[in-house]
Parts: sequence; C-alpha cells; structure tokens
Amino acid sequence: MSDATTQAPAEIATLSRPRGAVLLVCIAIFLTALQYTGLLPAALHRLPEALVPNFADWLDAIFNFVKDDLGLLVLTRWLTEILQWFLDVTGNLFYGKRRWPNIGPIPWTAIAAAAAVLGYYLGGWKMASLAAATFIWTALVGQWSIAMQTMSVLVIAAPSAFVIGLSLGIAAWKSPAFDRGLKPVLSVLQTLPFFTYLLPAVIFFKVGPTAGAVATTIYAIPPMILMTTLGLQKVSPEVVEAGHMSGCTKLQLLRHVYLPSARTEILVGVNQVIMLCLAMVVLTAFIGMPGLGAKLLAMMGSFKLGRSFEIGITIVLLAVTLDRMSKAWVAKQPEHFERGTPWWQRHFMLVIGTAAFVFFCIVAQFFELASEIGRRQSLSMGKEMDVAIKWFLNIEWVKASTHFMRAFVNVQILIPFRNFLLSIPTPAVILLVTAFALWLGGRRQAITAAIFFSLVALSGWWDRSMITLYSVISAVSLAMLLGLPIAILAARSEKWSKRMLLVCDTAQTFPSFIYLIPAIMLFGITDIAVIFSILIFAMVPLIRYTIEGLRTVPLEVIEAAEMSGATRMQRLIKVELPLALPTMAVGFNQAIMFAFFMVIIAAFIGTQDLGQELQRTLAGTDLGKNFVLGICVSLMALTFDLTILKWSSDRKRLLGLGE
Amino acid sequence: MKKTTTALVAGVLAALPFAGFAQDSSDPIVIPIHNWSSQIVMSNVVGQIFEANGNNVEFVTTDSQAVYESVRLGDVTLEMEVWEGAFGASFRAAMEKGGIVDVGDHDAVTREDWWYPMWTKDACPGLPDWKALNECAALFTTAETGDKGRYLDGPVDWLKHGAERVEALDMNFTVVNAGSAAALWAAIGAAEADKTPIVVFNWTPNFAEAVWPGEFVEFPEWVEGCDKDPAVGPNPNALYDCGNPAKGYMKKAAWEGMQEKWPSAYSILEQISFTNPQIAQMAKMVDIDEMEPEEAAEVWLEENKDVWSAWVN
Repeated sequence: MSDATTQAPAEIATLSRPRGAVLLVCIAIFLTALQYTGLLPAALHRLPEALVPNFADWLDAIFNFVKDDLGLLVLTRWLTEILQWFLDVTGNLFYGKRRWPNIGPIPWTAIAAAAAVLGYYLGGWKMASLAAATFIWTALVGQWSIAMQTMSVLVIAAPSAFVIGLSLGIAAWKSPAFDRGLKPVLSVLQTLPFFTYLLPAVIFFKVGPTAGAVATTIYAIPPMILMTTLGLQKVSPEVVEAGHMSGCTKLQLLRHVYLPSARTEILVGVNQVIMLCLAMVVLTAFIGMPGLGAKLLAMMGSFKLGRSFEIGITIVLLAVTLDRMSKAWVAKQPEHFERGTPWWQRHFMLVIGTAAFVFFCIVAQFFELASEIGRRQSLSMGKEMDVAIKWFLNIEWVKASTHFMRAFVNVQILIPFRNFLLSIPTPAVILLVTAFALWLGGRRQAITAAIFFSLVALSGWWDRSMITLYSVISAVSLAMLLGLPIAILAARSEKWSKRMLLVCDTAQTFPSFIYLIPAIMLFGITDIAVIFSILIFAMVPLIRYTIEGLRTVPLEVIEAAEMSGATRMQRLIKVELPLALPTMAVGFNQAIMFAFFMVIIAAFIGTQDLGQELQRTLAGTDLGKNFVLGICVSLMALTFDLTILKWSSDRKRLLGLGE
Repeated sequence: MKKTTTALVAGVLAALPFAGFAQDSSDPIVIPIHNWSSQIVMSNVVGQIFEANGNNVEFVTTDSQAVYESVRLGDVTLEMEVWEGAFGASFRAAMEKGGIVDVGDHDAVTREDWWYPMWTKDACPGLPDWKALNECAALFTTAETGDKGRYLDGPVDWLKHGAERVEALDMNFTVVNAGSAAALWAAIGAAEADKTPIVVFNWTPNFAEAVWPGEFVEFPEWVEGCDKDPAVGPNPNALYDCGNPAKGYMKKAAWEGMQEKWPSAYSILEQISFTNPQIAQMAKMVDIDEMEPEEAAEVWLEENKDVWSAWVN
C-alpha cells in the first residue's frame, strides 16, 4: 500500500482492480453454484448449437474466393516455380539431386572441414571442434544424406526469413502506422498452431520441399522483424547526427549508420531465425519436407526408438552448433586492418577454409569413404539403444512410481480437475479469465480477455478448448513445481547455471515428437502422458528465465542484504526473488506459450482437445475449420500473453529495473 | 523461306500425337512417401520400374491423409496404397471434388480389427473368440478404467466405431483412443516387457506382424449393412454389432491428368498389383533386416523379376 499512497492517480487504479476482480470471481462462483444445483438454464451453461455462427463455411468461401477468383493461387504457384529452382540447386549441391548444376553432392569431409574453419574463425578451437564433431557424427551414424536434405531446404528458408524479416522490420521502424498494423499480426502468427500453417502452405506452394520451405520461413520471420525494429530504435542520436554531418543520403544512412549500429540486435534475430527453422524440421515433414524429419516419422511409425533418438541427437547437435556459432558472431567485433594489408591477409581464414574445402573435394574423388558413408559402414547404435530404453522402462522402481502416478495423480487429481473445468458454465469461465486479466494486467487486458474468450465460445469448440486449457494449466503448474526449485538451486553457482542452460538448449531443440514415445511407454495413453510431454517442454523457459532473473539481480542489492545480516534463505525470499520476479514472469509466459504449442503435438498420444481436431483437418478438405481451431488456440494463448507481459513490464517499472 | 520451315516443323510436331508416337512427358512423376515402411519400399519399387521405362521420377514425403488433396491438384501424381479402412473417406472426399482417379485394386486385402499379441492368449486361452475376450475383461483393466477392460482404439478420426461395438455387444470394456499409429506401437511395446495382456486396434499387412506375432479377435462375422441397419447382426437394436470386413480393398489412385501426360507409365500402373506376402516381405526388409528403403526396393526387384516383368509388357 505504501507505494500506492505516494502516487495518487495510480492509487485509484490499483485499488479498484483487485475489487473488480473479486467481484467477477464472485459472480463466476455464483453461476457455477447455480449450475450444480441445477437452476442454471442450459443456454447459460453452454452456448446453444443454433447460435454458433458457421465461421468455418464463411472462411472456406472467402478462402476460395481469394484463391481462385482473385488468382492468388496463380501468383503463389509462380513463386513456387522460382523457389523450386533454388531448392533444386541446393538439392543438387547438398545431396546430389539430379538437377542443374549437376556437380553435387559435396563430399562430407569438405563440408565438415569448412565448418570447422568457420568455427575457428568465430570462436576459436572450441567452436571449431564442436562444428567438426557435429558433422563427423552425422556422417558416421549414416545420416549424412538425410541431414543434407534438411540443410538444402534450410539454407534457402533461413536467409529468406532473414531478408523478409529485416525488410519488414525496417518498414515497421520507418512507419509507425505499419508497425501498429503489423504487431497484432505477428502476435497471432506466433501463437497460431503450426498445423494451421501447414495446410495453406500445401495448397498454395505445392506439397514437397517448397511448402516446407515456405512454412519454415513464415514461422521464423516474427522474431527477426521484432529484433530489427528494436535494434534500429535503439540507435543513439549522436551516431545518426554524425552520419548526417558527413552528408549521407537516406540510403547511405541506413546502410552505413543504422544497420551497423543495430548489429547486435539484428544478429540476435538471426540466431532466433536459425533456432526456429530447426524447430520446424520435424513438423514440416508432414507436408513434404525431406530429410531428418521425414526419416524420424518413418522410424517412429515402425517403433524404432533407438534410431529416432539418433536423429534427435543429430538435430540437437546441428542446432547447438549453429546457435553457438551465430552467438559467437554476435560477440565478435569487426576486425580492422591497416591500409595496404594484402587481400589474403585480410581474409586469411576465408583462404584457409576454401583451401580445406577444395582439398577434401579432391581427396573424395579418390577415397569413396571421404565422400560418402552408407548405412552399411555406419556406426549406428539404434538397436542397442532400443534395448537400453526397454531395460530402463522395465526397472521395478520406475514401473512402481509410474503406476503410482497413474493411480494417484491421474485418477485423483487430473481427471477430477478436467471434469470440474468442463462442468463450469461458459460465462463463468469467461468471467474468471477476465478477473485474472484485470487483476494482473488492467482494464484493457480485461476487456481483451473477455472478447477473446467470448470468441472462443462463439466458435463452437468450447469443450475442446477447455480440455486444451486444462492440459496447459496442469502442465505449467507442474512445471513450476519442478522447474523453479531446480532453477533456484542452479542459479547459486555460475558453473551449474551454465550446465542447466545447456540442458535447456538441448531439451528445447530435441524434436518434441521423440518425447511422446517414452511418455506413452511410461504412462500409457492417458492424460498424464500428455501432460508429461508438455511439461518437459514448458520447463525450459521457466528454468532459463528464472536463472537469468536471479543471476542478474544487482550485486549492490545483494551486498546490502548481506550487510544487514540476512540469511541465505531470507536473502532469496526477500530480495532476490522479488527482484527476479518480472523476468521470471516472462519465463512463465513463455512456458504457457510453449505449452500451447506442445499440447497440439500431444494429440499424437491421444487427446480429446483442439489438437486432435486440428490433426483431423490435415486430410486437407476443411480449411475453414482448420483456421477456426487454430484461432481458438491463438486467442487463448494471446490472452495470457498480453496479461502477463503487461504485468511484467509494470512491475519492472515499479522496481526501477529498466525498460 | 524461314517462316515456312518454322510452320512446317510446328505442324509436324503438332501432328505427332496423332501419328501414334504418344510419348511420356519428361517431367518427373511425383510419388508420395508416407511414414510406414511397406509403402516406402513399394513406392521405390514402382519408381524404379518407371525409371526403367524411361520416365523421370521424384519422391516427396507427405502425410498420408493430406496426400489426396495434393493428388487432386496434380502436385503428386499417384498414390500406391489407398486402404479402404484408413483412407477410404479421404479418397472418396477427393473423388467427389474431382481430379483424382481410381486405378484399380491390388490383390492384397486389408483387414482392420481388434487385435492382441500372442502372449495375451496365454492369459486368456479362450481367444480369439470375442465372448472369451469379454470374460477375460478383468485382465485388461488399467488404473483409469476401473473394473472394466481397456481397449485401445485407433485415432478418433479413423472412425473405427470401437465404442459403438462395445455398447452394441454389451462388452465389459472401455474404449481409449490413441492419437497415432506410433502411440499404438508404444503401448504394445510397453506391454511386451512383462507380457501384460493387451488388446488394441491393428491392421494387416503391416510391420507389427513380424515384430509381435498376434491374432485378430473373431467377432460376429461382418454382414453387409451391419453399419446401417440395426436389424442386421446379433443385436437387433444396434449398429456395429459385427466385426469389420475381413477383406477390405487396397487401391491405387492417380491424378486424372496422368494418363494423358505419361500414357505408358499409366498403363504400367494399371497392371501393377501386389499381394499380401509381397507387402509383408517389403516391410520386413526394412523393419527387421534394417535395409534402407531404396536398397530394399532394388533387392526386391532383383528377386521378383518374373512378377514385375509381366506388368511392364
């Protein structure tokens, strides 16, 4: 209260908000009580079928109009031809697809050597060995050609996402009106389930690598736009002034002043692009993306756990290598040479890299093993891993504990919670969510929440939406119970923080599909398996941001606490956690977003939620329905996103923590 | 002078198709690949036959449901495995919209029904009779299903009517839907460790027969109309009171423009027909013998020259 009394206008807002929230909760409880006593009219419990507008058919009609009558299909098919040409070229270079220029495939030794030199240039010996090890592993386990099929698409998709994202980012920075228009689109794009991208991608861009490349690109663009705009806005006026004084034209100003000054943010955007591209490797396999993802799905279809795992490891290694390399690139300052330094000296590493590349290309002509390692020579351990996994699942205490969890957590907690959530009347749920948004965010957030959830009710998919929400809430709550203690412990030392963050990176890039199989084998086809697989994914941002928040508490504050004689526990609870809370809230928000993402994938275990319906629309005839379902997920996710982020930034301002 | 030559050449070229020199287009025939091994090998076999015929072939990985929309649009040229049970609905929907044609059946028949791995029979010796299964229901209970047995059905969108059958035959089972084929395998794999009895939805031909020997549960035999007329079948008041048809079709489908664009490849496709043992063998090569699908296709073609040479001529 003491904060509030010092600021008169803020006082009114903070006082009325909790009251308003309590009032809404009371009405919700009243409605639920009516429902339980059987006094509530059925129309207030669930929206009557007759009142549900037929959004799906309308959308189908609009879609067909745009596609055929406005000729969008002709345009996109023309673009597809161009894209196909590029993909054919990279396809030839990387895995020897029989297309122009007909010189591929590049031998694996040459690529590994070039990557190692690049690694050395960016981050010294450590990076060089990481890069080399990744490519050598890929070749040795016999996944070279499928990994290169994946890469041949990514080397087109990632740069496209970069170029498009950069241009849109610049446009958004130049024109505030455009920025305002773009922001909501980006938010929706970031929360839309991937199944909703896939179907239009197939129809407009032809099943195959082209659709895969397009879906990947669209998925990877948003952070690039956001980071570009952010970086450009932060450029200090002095630098711009200097540019003006030296007589730069507008374009020169952008090219030589703004972009170099925003270098760090732009490169962070590049890093994000790469990571998101890799996250899509498996999902795009549904629409024709060749390579690792397709192989993984085939392996899972014939119950080969070990080999699926190996593919997962390859994807993680590729992701970690590219991630570390691009981060090293962020940190690396541009080198400057004296005037008159010869060309080869200025580009020494480039010369070495090219030399190594050419050398191995020549060697590969004489030694077949240097150019390709087939399945027969490979060192795949798939079968051994199968045995190990089965052995683990058959250990007595593992079985006993999973049985306990099924009997207790599932039957006693999760299923009753789900049934309860389904029993609450629709208006009561909307009121509860509105109250939550009002309490944490404010009036604007509350109104948005009410509108968004009402739209979900109007879509006619209310029950399935509630089951989706139930999985998300349960998984995120459990993730907090498990993740926060781990993060707090890890944050106590630099070393453990680093290790934990590496685990997080791995868990995040490891294809989520692979979790599903062990989850089923442990818990059967039950809600707990679904929640378990979401939980692994949702814990990552929680841990990451908690560590981040705790490690960045200002040192002076900690010292002050220690001087006033706080114990370790007191320091944690009274000083560090409150200060870290806004950052942790961002992590919590991310956890919810990740959970909404994963809950859709978990449909492959067996659920009754929106994800299951979305999976059904993949047959390709129900585009309207596919879109309605996707928007339902997006609206629910956005409600949380807007509210929590608002709270976090308010809180940060209050604590004087920048922004 | 020059003009007349050009006109002449153009005229000759235009007349070529009528002259009986109908030739396949040099554009690649796009063959879809899904996520189960027999289909991948079969597609590679067919691809290699087409290549021997002088066609260009390209493979594309797609979802097995989403593929029908792509065939319709001509992005994918054909589909080798259209299962009556699993893909019949998507195939028919695409047929109604137009753009896809039925290129005939394989010799192979498909069966989809309740199935159990052999170890289940040790615990419940009366199997495969469905009444015996019902008496053993207690063996199949799980923490979630209480005192009822659990039957693990395929994904809801496969529309297998497991729940309806349980009700129609008054069985002591609860139906749980798995989300994907992989989920079914994982459940069988988990039960295998200590030989827990399990009854799941399964189909033939597929790789599972080779990994886990098992049998289908014998329900009252399928009678035409069992899914439409309550009077048909043992329960006069209910639908779905029979087993599934034991002989479902497996079709080939193609884009409607294929016949015109690649006439000779199309006529080969019409001839192609695989049998159940051939499909099982293809699956085994990849799933048990750990060959890569392309290799397996080569080996299969080598070993079965007499089979496929009849299709080509």
